[in-house]
Amino acid sequence: MSELGVGASLPRLEDERFLHGRAQFCADIALPGTLHAAFVRSSHAHARIVAIKKPSGSEKQVYCAVDLAGLRRIRSTAKLPGFKPSDWPVLTVDKVRHVGEPIAMALGATAAEAEDIAALVEVEFEQLPAVVSMWDALAGGAPLVHEEWGSNVLVDMKLEAGDLAAAKSAAAHVVERSFRMNRMHPLPLEGRACVASYDGRLDELVIYVAHQLPVPLQIGLSQILGMSQRRVRVVAPDVGASFGLKTYVESETVCVAWAAMKLRRPVRWIQDRYESLVCDANCRDYHCKVIAYADANGRVLGMECDVTVDSGAYSPWPWPAGLEGGLALGNMQGCYDIRAFRGRAVNVVSNKPAGQPFRGVARPLSCCGHEIVMDAVAHAVGIDPLEARLRNFVQPAQMPYVSITKKTLDSGDYGAALKRAAELIGLPSIRARQKQAEPDGRLIGVGFASFYEQTAYGTGPFGYAAWGIELVPGMEPAVARLTGDGELILEVGSHSHGQGHETVFAQLANEVLGIDPRKVSVRFGDTSSSPAGTGTYASRSMVTTGGAIIEACQLLQVPIIKIGAHLLQCKEADARIRNGRVEGPQGSVEFAEIGRAWYHHPEELPADIDPAGLTAAAGHKAYDPGVFAYSAHAAVVAVDREIGSIEIIDYAIVADCGTRVNPLLVEGQVVGGFSNGLGNALYEESTYDELGQPTATTLADYTAPGAPSIPELKLDFMETRSPFAMLGMKGIGENGAIGPPAAIANAVNDALRPLGASVYETPITARRVRAAIARARSGGTA
Amino acid sequence: MKPAPFGYLRPDTLAEAIGLLKEWPQDARVMAGGQSLGPMLNLRLAQPKHVIDISRLGELCDSSMSGDTLAIGACITHAQIEDGKITDVTRGLLTQVAKGIAYRAVRNRGTLGGSLAHADPAADWLTTMIALDASLELAGTNGRSQVKVAKFVTGAMETTIEAAQLLTCVLVPRLSTSARWGYAKYARKPGDFAESMAIAVVDPDRASSRVVLGRRSEPPALMQASSQVLAGKPAESLTEKLATAIEVDLSSVRADQADWTMHRAIVLRASMSKCNSPEGFEDFPKPIWSGIITRYPRSVRNLAVSAQYAP
Repeated sequence: MSELGVGASLPRLEDERFLHGRAQFCADIALPGTLHAAFVRSSHAHARIVAIKKPSGSEKQVYCAVDLAGLRRIRSTAKLPGFKPSDWPVLTVDKVRHVGEPIAMALGATAAEAEDIAALVEVEFEQLPAVVSMWDALAGGAPLVHEEWGSNVLVDMKLEAGDLAAAKSAAAHVVERSFRMNRMHPLPLEGRACVASYDGRLDELVIYVAHQLPVPLQIGLSQILGMSQRRVRVVAPDVGASFGLKTYVESETVCVAWAAMKLRRPVRWIQDRYESLVCDANCRDYHCKVIAYADANGRVLGMECDVTVDSGAYSPWPWPAGLEGGLALGNMQGCYDIRAFRGRAVNVVSNKPAGQPFRGVARPLSCCGHEIVMDAVAHAVGIDPLEARLRNFVQPAQMPYVSITKKTLDSGDYGAALKRAAELIGLPSIRARQKQAEPDGRLIGVGFASFYEQTAYGTGPFGYAAWGIELVPGMEPAVARLTGDGELILEVGSHSHGQGHETVFAQLANEVLGIDPRKVSVRFGDTSSSPAGTGTYASRSMVTTGGAIIEACQLLQVPIIKIGAHLLQCKEADARIRNGRVEGPQGSVEFAEIGRAWYHHPEELPADIDPAGLTAAAGHKAYDPGVFAYSAHAAVVAVDREIGSIEIIDYAIVADCGTRVNPLLVEGQVVGGFSNGLGNALYEESTYDELGQPTATTLADYTAPGAPSIPELKLDFMETRSPFAMLGMKGIGENGAIGPPAAIANAVNDALRPLGASVYETPITARRVRAAIARARSGGTA
Repeated sequence: MKPAPFGYLRPDTLAEAIGLLKEWPQDARVMAGGQSLGPMLNLRLAQPKHVIDISRLGELCDSSMSGDTLAIGACITHAQIEDGKITDVTRGLLTQVAKGIAYRAVRNRGTLGGSLAHADPAADWLTTMIALDASLELAGTNGRSQVKVAKFVTGAMETTIEAAQLLTCVLVPRLSTSARWGYAKYARKPGDFAESMAIAVVDPDRASSRVVLGRRSEPPALMQASSQVLAGKPAESLTEKLATAIEVDLSSVRADQADWTMHRAIVLRASMSKCNSPEGFEDFPKPIWSGIITRYPRSVRNLAVSAQYAP
């Protein structure tokens, strides 16, 4: 409609404040008389607490579980058959289940003083044998993380469909691969943080907190603290990224909120990096075994998989552990037309911090599963991995296509995307190059990853309701208000912590009302003033909140046109909105005139004007099964066979998220997602020793890619509009993070093929590559 | 995290600093640039009663030539070396090493003396100074003494320094005009500590040839057999001879099979890079780390990890 609306690569409006240091993160919020909190944490992975001794003289500054009487435990449930909910204590009194679990809170006038006091608290432990790995958890006679469960299995899910027996008997090739994706940390730049205070005038708790989901947190806090929801005001101010970390109700937040209410003083807790790496919920930690049954042409007839997820000690609220295994299963067939499937996903608990969703949530594992076996099928049949994929893709003519796992693949052309990615890396010339020895002795490999991502999915039956979890998303709200000077305020229920919502939502307003996005304020994150949405997650905001904004702006068109036509003395049918004005046959009025009439001179309004005026509230219900974005990744790597280092010499991504409202921000999401995926593929690992002690506790040991590690990507986009979403939009938030582990693993293994070596474990460190080569040399299996 | 309480002392003279060290031999830690001690304090891994800040001792912030030896003050920063603010007696080696240390922000504050006294084996200067056969000057209550860097380091983060001693300067012998050097380093990413690094310095006029391997957990190891091979005249079969020598040298280096192949490659690459090839610049190998950039100019790209050669 205009050069500032849908399709415009408008630079982010919010960057003005970020680049000038005017942003307001939790740590920037200074309230008079604030106390600082520090936590006494478990030094053991698994131990009984025998005694806690507060330091003499500072007893009143230390709070243990007994002091927090009345608080409920954090219990996150799901209605999956056999699902076992965990009771997550706010402060632990009986048994600690991971290193870093909070046992007591110390308050001081400064953070240093609080830490000094915390350091003096003596905790006597009786150490128990720790369950460190998923295999420890499943071993016979394993120690139990939650004794009352009788085992360490949190949930065991099975999914079967189609005639697998027929697929097996018809198969000319059977290939099997196992893949391990190690534990990671979401690692947002800003750690967790909160500042709580008591508002005596309104008799309510006000808590500023770095969070993605202000309203769910409000609900969760009110339940645990035993307060009415109306008395819990959650404000998520500027948040320095999250990637899924800041979605749950954390012990520390509850403690800080409780202390602010108890003491009637502001209390704050700003986590540091060490605390973050040791105590935060982690992510990934998967294993899968996948078997593909293919005919002589490489068409995959059936697939089997066994997924194991190590969910750590507890289930976060509102999204319990266990969803990851289900998501991994439900997406394991990928973009392929496979009609027989048998899968099992076992989620186990261990003595490590809770597992929680991280950008991509289980899909990076599914992607490794279907993409690694697809390469294996190609090699078994003797065709290029590109060709094997083309022979198996769901075709555009089949869409909407309901997959064997009941996913409605709505639109797109997977083959075209992959062929374009292969073209971008110059596949034929790379294949030719592979046949010659490199002058520096390195080995060249190519790897592909094609995948879809179910985005913006809703309630049920194939959305969240199927899980039977505590909080199922439904409608997403938006309120649009025209101000007296003709500008616009949008209030939304999602949260922006790097996504650029303030820009892209304003572009939607521009699309409908023609108003300049720089005259639009997008407000969110404060439960006292924002409409109650469920927040930002699962690549949904553009589709769900975006839909609500379009509807709210469309509703707002009605009074604007009515008043405009009245002021212009023309018929409503002859008036239309254009570039922030109402135009009639003989002239036009600015929105400012309409605002002025409504707010200052109601005597000028038409007699039958709707008294609701220039405020429009709307909600949007997204299509429950979600809309399916997809991508094709193509990686070219050079592997140093002595050092094991991996250089990415080329990388192409072709993504399709339907209509791109702001292509610049879409590109940012893809590159940012890729960076998370690259960390997953090559660098990041939360390591533990045999006692369950974390060994990557600073950024010197937890290696994450830095800016110089990110290769220049070749990006291209397709725009297949979804038939099921407003404007044909699909989510893009997680897409870039899903493909890199699979594409890079396939590329590295392609490079290593001449040596007979392979690596099926992320991160693919140089050391793992060297070890794989050494194993191959000594005749062992990789 | 915040450090445990400590007293902060900033002496104005070397004598005063040594006096303070003598006063609190067990309870004081010396801070120069604070790039290692700072995080250790914040993590409460170090909880000294007193921190003695030596960063303003003028004598430690200077460098001077004396005969064929350059004395580099202990508080000279990595950035000053990188920027060529001290006399180049190593035909560019120190500059190249400095460029590859951590990030510029760390190099702006981190000091040469601090790095050597801390003796983290993964840090670049230990390996470099042993390859250059450099010495250290230590000042204490009994006056000043000198010790070779190779003798000074006794283990990972262990040195011969005494409680009331201060490292004052690093004595680097001037390389002759016939000297050549090579450098290879693998780090997981730019700015990381090296997993493996090697420096080879061959100076025929001074009858010196030293190849040193640095790695994460153990002090640098002088590769004696390899050094001898490099001391000879360049020969046709140099690579084979070196490979054999490196195997001999590495037989006494503790490493598992997977790391061993990396160390072998790093030592070989450092040794072959320039030391015995007059055309060293021609076969400029690429920097080594995983996930590389292709978009930045070479000068930026080479900051963290590289194999670089003297003219």
